[in-house]
Amino acid sequence: MFVTPAYAESHATQNANTEVAGHGEAQGGGSFPPFDPGLYPSQLLWLAITFGIFYLLVSKVIAPRIGGILEDRHDRIAEDLDEANRLKEESDAAVAAYEQELADARRKANEIATTSREKAKAESDAERAKHEEALNKKLAESEANVAAVKAKALAEVDGIASDTAQAIVETLLGGKVTKAEVNAAVRDVVK
Amino acid sequence: MANDPISQFQLSRLVPIEIGGMDFSFTNSSLFMVATTVVAAGFLMTTTANRGLIPTRLQSISEMAYEFVASMLRDGAGSQGMRFFPLVFSLFMFVLIANLLGMFPYFFTVTSHIIVTFALAMLVIGTVVIYGVMKHGLSFLKLFVPSGIPGVLMPLVVMIEVISFLSRPISLSVRLFANMLAGHITLKVFAGFIVAMGAQGALGFMGAALPLLMTIALTGLEFLVAFLQAYVFAVLTCMYLNDALHPSH
Repeated sequence: MFVTPAYAESHATQNANTEVAGHGEAQGGGSFPPFDPGLYPSQLLWLAITFGIFYLLVSKVIAPRIGGILEDRHDRIAEDLDEANRLKEESDAAVAAYEQELADARRKANEIATTSREKAKAESDAERAKHEEALNKKLAESEANVAAVKAKALAEVDGIASDTAQAIVETLLGGKVTKAEVNAAVRDVVK
Repeated sequence: MANDPISQFQLSRLVPIEIGGMDFSFTNSSLFMVATTVVAAGFLMTTTANRGLIPTRLQSISEMAYEFVASMLRDGAGSQGMRFFPLVFSLFMFVLIANLLGMFPYFFTVTSHIIVTFALAMLVIGTVVIYGVMKHGLSFLKLFVPSGIPGVLMPLVVMIEVISFLSRPISLSVRLFANMLAGHITLKVFAGFIVAMGAQGALGFMGAALPLLMTIALTGLEFLVAFLQAYVFAVLTCMYLNDALHPSH
């Protein structure tokens, strides 16, 4: 509230003083420093120098550097994401290949099992057939044998009967009977 | 000196320089302008010197400042506005560091002088006008003629637009200057109360706790204001640059 009159007052005295003494009055009490025009040129000059240097540093060094850092990081992240995607695709492909391989192996194993089962079955069938044939042959042979023996035996029965009859007749009747007669008699009886 | 809240804004000539009858002395204000430049540029350059792909804490502060201003400028003035990035970034960092340095006791606040903030504001407005006229020629004046206004209202609207454009450097500079000035005066006044009341015996000594608490709270507020005013200055710069880039609304 007391600033304005004080400023106005000091402004007047300030002008008077600067004309006489030049500098050294800004420290004088009572004036409001921000509105003291005596040192405006100094502030403008030093602001221009310092801000100018800062602007140059920012535009030539700092902004390109930080921008470069951020861009590098951005690129690097994009690259890494691409790499990760590529690796994922590779591993997906590897998994698919593995599944394929596994399915193939399983099918092959099935095939082998089926073929070997069929082969074994065929072999055992052949074996059995061979054995059955051999057995049948033996059976037939022995049947033939039996029939032959039976026929021979039967053929011998006549001889035995005639011999027996001849012996009986000779013993009982004391006479001589020819073999031919006896045979005829036996044949008659057997008939 | 200690009890006068104005004395903190007093300029003192450290190295008197006079050229052509004008006073170009190196003052305490000049010293703190140099300090601001050294601190701001030094911090930004040393923290990013390694160009780390994975930033250190300090490097990420510099990167945050960069991205903060970059997104501000992109939002305010579009991607074309990025050509003004060094200007906006310099202004933001310079004002911010000057404000923050002013928060140290016994330090001088560069931005508490109207001539400094006005010079920065004129730099912005000058850039807007020069770039606008260079890029758009006379059609830069469309800035003052909004489209879709009935003919009767046109003179009135154009007058308002012109006045608002002319008041921009004033509002831009006074806002920053007044905030810093008022904040520092308030802080000093309340801090002065602590000493004054503390000298009044036991009761006053106890009572001095109140202005002490107030001073602590105000210090926090002033840090906020220091950042906020730098931000506001930069945002408004972006908006004004947008007018230079796209004059027809």
